[in-house]
Amino acid sequence: MTTTQRIRVLIAKPGLDGHDRGAKVLALALRDAGIEVIYTGLRQQPAQIASAAIQEDVDVVGLSCLSGAHNVLFPRVVELLREQGAGDILVVGGGTIPEHDIPGLQASGVQALFGPGSSIADIVDYIREHAPQRS
Amino acid sequence: MPAELVEKMLTGDQRALARLVSAVERQSAEVPEIMQRITPMLGHAYCIGITGPPGAGKSTITDRLTAYARQQGKTVGIVAVDPTSPYSGGAILGDRIRMQQHYLDAGVYIRSMASRGHHGGLSRAAKGVIKLLDAFGKDLIIVETVGVGQTELDIVAAADTTVLILVPESGDAIQTIKAGIMEIADLFVINKADRDGVERLQRDLQMMLHIRHASDGWCPPVLGTQAHKDIGIVELHEAITTHRRKLSETGQLATRRQQNRRQELLDLLQQQLMATLTAQFDDGEAHSGLLEQVEEGTVDPYTAAQQMLVENDDLWR
Ligand SMILES: Nc1nc2c(ncn2[C@@H]2O[C@H](COP(=O)(O)OP(=O)(O)OP(=O)(O)O)[C@@H](O)[C@H]2O)c(=O)[nH]1
Ligand SMILES: [Mg+2]
Repeated sequence: MTTTQRIRVLIAKPGLDGHDRGAKVLALALRDAGIEVIYTGLRQQPAQIASAAIQEDVDVVGLSCLSGAHNVLFPRVVELLREQGAGDILVVGGGTIPEHDIPGLQASGVQALFGPGSSIADIVDYIREHAPQRS
Repeated sequence: MPAELVEKMLTGDQRALARLVSAVERQSAEVPEIMQRITPMLGHAYCIGITGPPGAGKSTITDRLTAYARQQGKTVGIVAVDPTSPYSGGAILGDRIRMQQHYLDAGVYIRSMASRGHHGGLSRAAKGVIKLLDAFGKDLIIVETVGVGQTELDIVAAADTTVLILVPESGDAIQTIKAGIMEIADLFVINKADRDGVERLQRDLQMMLHIRHASDGWCPPVLGTQAHKDIGIVELHEAITTHRRKLSETGQLATRRQQNRRQELLDLLQQQLMATLTAQFDDGEAHSGLLEQVEEGTVDPYTAAQQMLVENDDLWR
């Protein structure tokens, strides 16, 4: 039997901002890079994101937040995933993240952050290189 | 590894279920063991297939049917299929967006699947996933497919009740709609009934369906819904229940499921024999030169095939 490993990524928008253009552009870029993207829609609570990530058995969760609440919302998603035995899922974040917030977020388990200066290609490359290999 | 995961899954662990679904989806070598372990638990769930053209409202209807079933205390598993991009092999799976109200409900498991292109592969995986959800204990399983192509037909054939969702604008399309689905659907829904053209489509459908009526004793009802406003959902649920009752009472449910299992076995054998044969051909040594003679055109393929089947009885071992 053939075994096909395909990267699965959940793109989620925690918080209250109503802009998902960036998230949609990223979703398209990931798809064009051969990745399966699950898009969950706007205004998601961390608990909803964690639950979707677990049900979908994704390798990566990409969080996008433009509302400024990333310091609360991103670590909460990591925490919930860990609580539910899914700490091996790679969590990355993007949006309006100021430089000085990055170390704190990384310490909380958000492994990579892509602020306003990052290119879509950088994010795609990072995900392809760092998505955990599963058996 | 599969033993542990199956054990955990059977205690209600969603993460274990999700891992098993992935194993089935990528057709891992563990699939036979997984299937062997869960087979004693199967047969409880009732499976509804939802199909129809892009944008017809399949996800919205799945979402509303789920909400209704939850009100009745039933647990629900959802498999939502979206197409894989033929260019990159990637996919955007967006059906979930319409199902947000269920994200935090432990009684609902939603899984998005990409069609992944290769023929037969999707239906094989989807059937496996349906079984996992059944073993997990779901009362109701809803499979949403894209309404084009042969693989989708295969998946809906795995369902107990198949619902075809159309919209008023589908009027002209039903003439050309993939032959097969009109025959396979047990229920017809005209969604977006808030738009013009409902009566006409309803008339056209009913005319087509009358011809079918005689053959299997079930005249598929044609219902109107406005899924985004929750209109017609209770009636749709009722119609599904009526169909289910009719299948049970006439023994057709058992027959259908038997036929599906039989087909599954045939498909599996075919696939494995094919793999063995292909390997033998690639090997080059088998068939005492017959292959070369066919390639050169000195022996016809019919004669060669017959001879190979006789000589090649190790194919069956
Ligand atoms: N006017 C109207 N719009 C509806 C109705 N039901 C659903 N919609 C809208 O139709 C759009 C498509 O609905 P979906 O449920 O995503 O359709 P789908 O068939 O699952 O789409 P795909 O999975 O992409 O093929 C959404 O914007 C819905 O809100 C309805 O009864 N009337
Ligand atoms: Mg859909």
